[in-house]
Amino acid sequence: MAIFSVYVVNKAGGLIYQLDSYAPRAEAEKTFSYPLDLLLKLHDERVLVAFGQRDGIRVGHAVLAINGMDVNGKYTADGKEGSSGIEMLETDTFKLHCFQTLTGIKFVVLADPRQAGIDSLLRKIYEIYSDFALKNPFYSLEMPIRCELFDQNLKLALEVAEKAGTFGPGS
Amino acid sequence: MSRQTNRGTESKKMSSELFTLTYGALVTQLCKDYENDEDVNKQLDKMGYNIGVRLIEDFLARSNVGRCHDFRETADVIAKVAFKMYLGITPGITNWSPAGDEFSLILENNPLVDFVELPDNHSSLIYSNLLCGVLRGALEMVQMAVEAKFVQDTLKGDGVTEIRMRFIRRIEDNLPAGEE
Repeated sequence: MAIFSVYVVNKAGGLIYQLDSYAPRAEAEKTFSYPLDLLLKLHDERVLVAFGQRDGIRVGHAVLAINGMDVNGKYTADGKEGSSGIEMLETDTFKLHCFQTLTGIKFVVLADPRQAGIDSLLRKIYEIYSDFALKNPFYSLEMPIRCELFDQNLKLALEVAEKAGTFGPGS
Repeated sequence: MSRQTNRGTESKKMSSELFTLTYGALVTQLCKDYENDEDVNKQLDKMGYNIGVRLIEDFLARSNVGRCHDFRETADVIAKVAFKMYLGITPGITNWSPAGDEFSLILENNPLVDFVELPDNHSSLIYSNLLCGVLRGALEMVQMAVEAKFVQDTLKGDGVTEIRMRFIRRIEDNLPAGEE
């Protein structure tokens, strides 16, 4: 299973849906809030974890990329701090993708770094959300999603994405 | 991307007659329940609002339009993409105010009112007021506070149906990240 987790976050920042389908070999999920409790240090021109160990990120792991921009030393490739929100976080054991809708709902997917087609998966999850959560009149907006059909269809979509992704560059 | 059309393999078409009958049943039941045209108008607006806040996500998920930069772009998207997608009609956009914050949507024909005639005792009923609520609810979810109201209605003898849209303000609280 190459897709580890899916999270849906509402406008206020609350988690309204969580699906952890597989505990990767490097332990459970890795969530980062600011400030990080790892000490990152510039070493040999790369940002490495110098101290602190958390959720499987150990000393020596390097930050590879943020928002698709390769981390070059301690700056992102275009040289600015970049703060429009994280769209993609890449480490050597997983890739975190985030898609934010115009209405403020955020879909977060944690997947294997080699898994392709996550962008279209995020769009698909948005469609599934707009169908099975929003069209269910008994589901209230911004509340935790407890809809069977949403679960089922989401799992189906994950399976499809995984199968498609392993054949190389996805859609 | 072929995945997006996946779920439409069995026919999703529903007869528009059933839609017209359903909407008609809704309005007449509201009239019986509330007995007062003003209250019915308010209820229709509320119901429309609840539809709008959900419909916007469906619209954004399916149509892939990005954020509009000004009210003119918004007007174009509403008339040419949204109305087309959901009601199969493309209203015209006219009567822009000098400040660019008000415009009118002109509907030549309104699918909600096929076969409908307003009786005299319901002369202040805004039959299609649901649409105003939908527009208001949907735009509120993309951080725009607007007012939508009918200024002409074919049911009341006017030549066309006209919805006046007015931009009130941008909603600044709870902005999605990166939208300042």
